Amino acid sequence: MSAEIPEAASVEEQKEMEDKVTSPEKAEEAKLKARYPHLGQKPGGSDFLRKRLQKGQKYFDSGDYNMAKAKMKNKQLPTAAAPDKTEVTGDHIPTPQDLPQRKPSLVASKLAG
Amino acid sequence: DIISTVEFNHSGELLATGDKGGRVVIFQQEQENKTQTHSRGEYNVYSTFQSHEPEFDYLKSLEIEEKINKIRWLPQKNAAQFLLSTNDKTIKLWKISERDKRPEGYNLKEEDGRYRDPTTVTTLRVPVFRPMDLMVEASPRRIFANAHTYHINSISINSDYETYLSADDLRINLWHLEITDRSFNIVDIKPANMEELTEVITAAEFHPNSCNTFVYSSSKGTIRLCDMRASALCDRHSKLFEEPEDPSNRSFFSEIISSISDVKFSHSGRYMMTRDYLSVKIWDLNMENRPVETYQVHEYLRSKLCSLYENDCIFDKFECCWNGSDSVVMTGSYNNFFRMFDRNTKRDITLEASRENNKPRTVLKPRKVCASGKRKKDEISVDSLDFNKKILHTAWHPKENIIAVATTNNLYIFQDKVN
Repeated sequence: MSAEIPEAASVEEQKEMEDKVTSPEKAEEAKLKARYPHLGQKPGGSDFLRKRLQKGQKYFDSGDYNMAKAKMKNKQLPTAAAPDKTEVTGDHIPTPQDLPQRKPSLVASKLAG
Repeated sequence: DIISTVEFNHSGELLATGDKGGRVVIFQQEQENKTQTHSRGEYNVYSTFQSHEPEFDYLKSLEIEEKINKIRWLPQKNAAQFLLSTNDKTIKLWKISERDKRPEGYNLKEEDGRYRDPTTVTTLRVPVFRPMDLMVEASPRRIFANAHTYHINSISINSDYETYLSADDLRINLWHLEITDRSFNIVDIKPANMEELTEVITAAEFHPNSCNTFVYSSSKGTIRLCDMRASALCDRHSKLFEEPEDPSNRSFFSEIISSISDVKFSHSGRYMMTRDYLSVKIWDLNMENRPVETYQVHEYLRSKLCSLYENDCIFDKFECCWNGSDSVVMTGSYNNFFRMFDRNTKRDITLEASRENNKPRTVLKPRKVCASGKRKKDEISVDSLDFNKKILHTAWHPKENIIAVATTNNLYIFQDKVN
């Protein structure tokens, strides 16, 4: 009786090894699961899709959007820059142009493209 | 800027490109020079215009990109050319017309436009048209807006030349080219509960000859063919094209790489081609259960899926195209490589679109990627491929062997050797 069980276990091991050898895709999947153990626990499909449907940089409101657009324009006109942009606080009252570029809070991944 | 779409017109004389900045650039083929028999006319810039501007959706606080997703030409009916261009939300019909004459000899105006003192006018003359330098003007004739909640991925003009469809992630709408304030919804796959969302529409196209038939592809690797005569809302497909999958081969990546990024009917209308991440498949419209031909584009990437997932490349959307006689299909890959498959000879070739490696007017050298093991001379190993250099958009002249290949920032036009 007990002699049968190790046999069954080794057959399963062999199949797993075969899987990794014959399927490069499964080997890659194993790699991914090792790096991100929590991936794929929810149905992966809906996560990707929802991110895809929500593509586009989100702003707090239209004022935020217009400020960001204005910053882009200022970047493109370096000749119009203020004389000393290194000192933001202490020396003078900061203006929107001096503030560092706001990072978007929701980074859209390429999958949404 | 970054090229986002490439399309020849029906005669092949014009080639339109759209970019991420919302601009459309149209190239025109030079008239064939009778003395230059060794090459066909070159393509030169014909017209450039700003098609779309960035917008802000106030309700959702989302930016609407001006990037041109697709351009489709209308067949030419008169002296002017018409094309449809679309970004994520709005489709526009543009008229491109030439002006090569202008009226001269007004009675009340000087040549520079200033009005003459009427008391100095003593005789009358009839203004005449005199030739002028060619001016190409683009003007928006129709704006089809506010019909899509999600992002438009495809537009396709019907063979009736009166209607066209636009598809976003969950819905497909039918428009009449003359009517901008009304659109019919013909496909809606939005679930009542968004938590149950399992697939999205990735591409859609009208059949080239049957004005009642269209197809749409999904992120799950299926294609549905619908007949508009069957019902107003084509939620139930007439045909479902799906290749059965071996469940034991299923992995985390299976669904992602099976997502269809492009679907194109053959010119004959008998076949359709789909592009998924690793392959190109040709389907016979009469057979739903599997494709009739499958071509591997870059199978060596299957053992790199983990890193391609991490750098998001696995979500890249490659397009594909047919040549004029439906005998060869073409699609892009990484490292500025593009691939062509001859359906008759079953031969394939890999070429590179790059200035460094190809001098103008020389024959392109075939490239080869070494998947593993010893790399032969002139081969490139998979690990040295540049995944930032991707060719997503290609187009084939409808009649001749002239192809347009778009790398990230550049457009290449190649033609076959004419002896």
